[in-house]
Amino acid sequence: MAEYKHSVSLDVSKCTGCTTCLRRCPTEAIRIRDGHAVISPVKCIDCGECIKVCQHKAKKAVHDSLSCLEKYKYKVALPAPSLYGQFDHMDNIGYIIRGLKDLGFDDVFEVACAAELVSAYTRLYIKRSDVKKPVISSACPTISRMISMNYPFLIENVMPILPPVDIAAYLAHEHAKTVHPELSEEEIGIVFISPCPAKVSYVKNDFSGERNYITDVVSIRDVYFSLLDVMKKREDEPLETTESGLIGIGWATTGGEATAIFNERYLAADGIENCIRVLDQIDNEDITSLDFVELNACDGGCVGGAMTVANPYIAQARLQALKRYLPVSPNRPASEWIPTEFFNENSIEYTPAHLLSEDRRIARQMMSEIESIKESLPGIDCGSCGAPTCMAFAEDIVRGEANVDECTVIMKMLFHRYLEEHKEKSVLDKLASDAAFKKSARAGEEAPGNASGPNPEGEAE
Amino acid sequence: MSEPIRFHYDVDGENFTSAGEASVAVKKKLRQLGYPPDVIRKVSIAMYEGEINMVIHANGGAADVEVHDDKIVIILADHGPGIPNVELAMQEGYSTARDNIRALGFGAGMGLPNMKKYTDDMKIDTEVGVGTTITMTVNL
Repeated sequence: MAEYKHSVSLDVSKCTGCTTCLRRCPTEAIRIRDGHAVISPVKCIDCGECIKVCQHKAKKAVHDSLSCLEKYKYKVALPAPSLYGQFDHMDNIGYIIRGLKDLGFDDVFEVACAAELVSAYTRLYIKRSDVKKPVISSACPTISRMISMNYPFLIENVMPILPPVDIAAYLAHEHAKTVHPELSEEEIGIVFISPCPAKVSYVKNDFSGERNYITDVVSIRDVYFSLLDVMKKREDEPLETTESGLIGIGWATTGGEATAIFNERYLAADGIENCIRVLDQIDNEDITSLDFVELNACDGGCVGGAMTVANPYIAQARLQALKRYLPVSPNRPASEWIPTEFFNENSIEYTPAHLLSEDRRIARQMMSEIESIKESLPGIDCGSCGAPTCMAFAEDIVRGEANVDECTVIMKMLFHRYLEEHKEKSVLDKLASDAAFKKSARAGEEAPGNASGPNPEGEAE
Repeated sequence: MSEPIRFHYDVDGENFTSAGEASVAVKKKLRQLGYPPDVIRKVSIAMYEGEINMVIHANGGAADVEVHDDKIVIILADHGPGIPNVELAMQEGYSTARDNIRALGFGAGMGLPNMKKYTDDMKIDTEVGVGTTITMTVNL
């Protein structure tokens, strides 16, 4: 398998090695090593949780920049519906469409329009007698990756129809070829304006196979500021209007996709932890009589993506206002069947990411060791060792990636024992009397191999 | 033949919302060990049903899982009321669950039948007023 291209990255110079992201990572993909975070490419699902919680702005989403427009003769913008909820006091989506054209795009194809087609196809798909229920939405790439890692039996449930952005890209590409037959493939730029890094990974890893027409993925955050600039410059009413209806725009928030199946046997969840619980219950056959399951890794749905600007719930309120006088679903498929080009050729592959060893005998041996090491660890999951939990730390030790003396609680205990055995003065007395000790204790934060703790003998360096 | 790896979980009878957590934990372990997905699924479903039963009927109990090379053994032990008529309890749809439990979507009478369906062997030791121990085996 080709190496997975991730879209969550780390700026080592900004990372302080604090443990905030460590604990928020739903797949335990992060460790703190040598004073900064390290992300496991195997376990990372590009959910962007670490980007959202990092106070030092050290975690970043990798995406293309708007300068990508220079590469093409004909540029089409594919704005995600969540983009529409980013702007305050904006009562007409036409402003955004005109703004995108002012930024240099030749055409705009709203992803919301394609979403309405996907909703129509979903309604057809779930009526088929040969599909495994509940059908799980394929729109959130983080969820699809989670399923590929942990839920082999649910792979079949994932809807094989391409997500709206791919269909938008396909249609935009077709349209570009029709209006400008003289253009070569390289001259057409299809640029997705994305709310989340997971979509960047999805595109960069060609998850939609041959049918990937998206050439670049830029972030809503980047586009937001450029758009604000151009939108402010024009005060006249835009002549552009949105071609989407309320169903398409509804896809930006939790429940939008699910309610569009026009059937009450659906479940819509958001937040990665909630989604994991739902997947576990479906996997245990504990949720029955559902036709459709919509899972969004981000709180609030796509409006909660790590590359958005507005708070997801504020964005949702704005979208509600924008949806108000829109038709239900002006985009309807031409046929009563689902065109083959709208199916994803690539099915999800089971790729267990947490395997201890390919050899089960070795894996069992490692597991026994992990269990016995775990017994001697404090069990407080403090994260000081660089692992998110004592259990993960025990695993790291057995994998040879960590050393037990990195546990500060154990080291503290040993240190106290040492003080007692050597009849040393209490730590406070020592701190008060020994300037060198004090200095080394404070320097401990920066000292390499800090795990060995403050050095009572004096200088740390 | 190597020693089995043993996992022990206390199933809290007071907290309905945490029911099912032990089976999720075991599923995670088995994935790490690289057991085949269908085996993991059988263990997970059977154990989940058993766990829910212990919470509903017996105010919790203990779940012990032995992971062998060639099989996985799940032992669910409680000090609940016991099952007066095992044959009846094994019938699909038979349920003694109270309305408040049914309101949560449980008590459909599929617990024990499902446990049997997803395991290769199931043994029920039960005594009224003393408790129940269910031993389930999933072979590889």
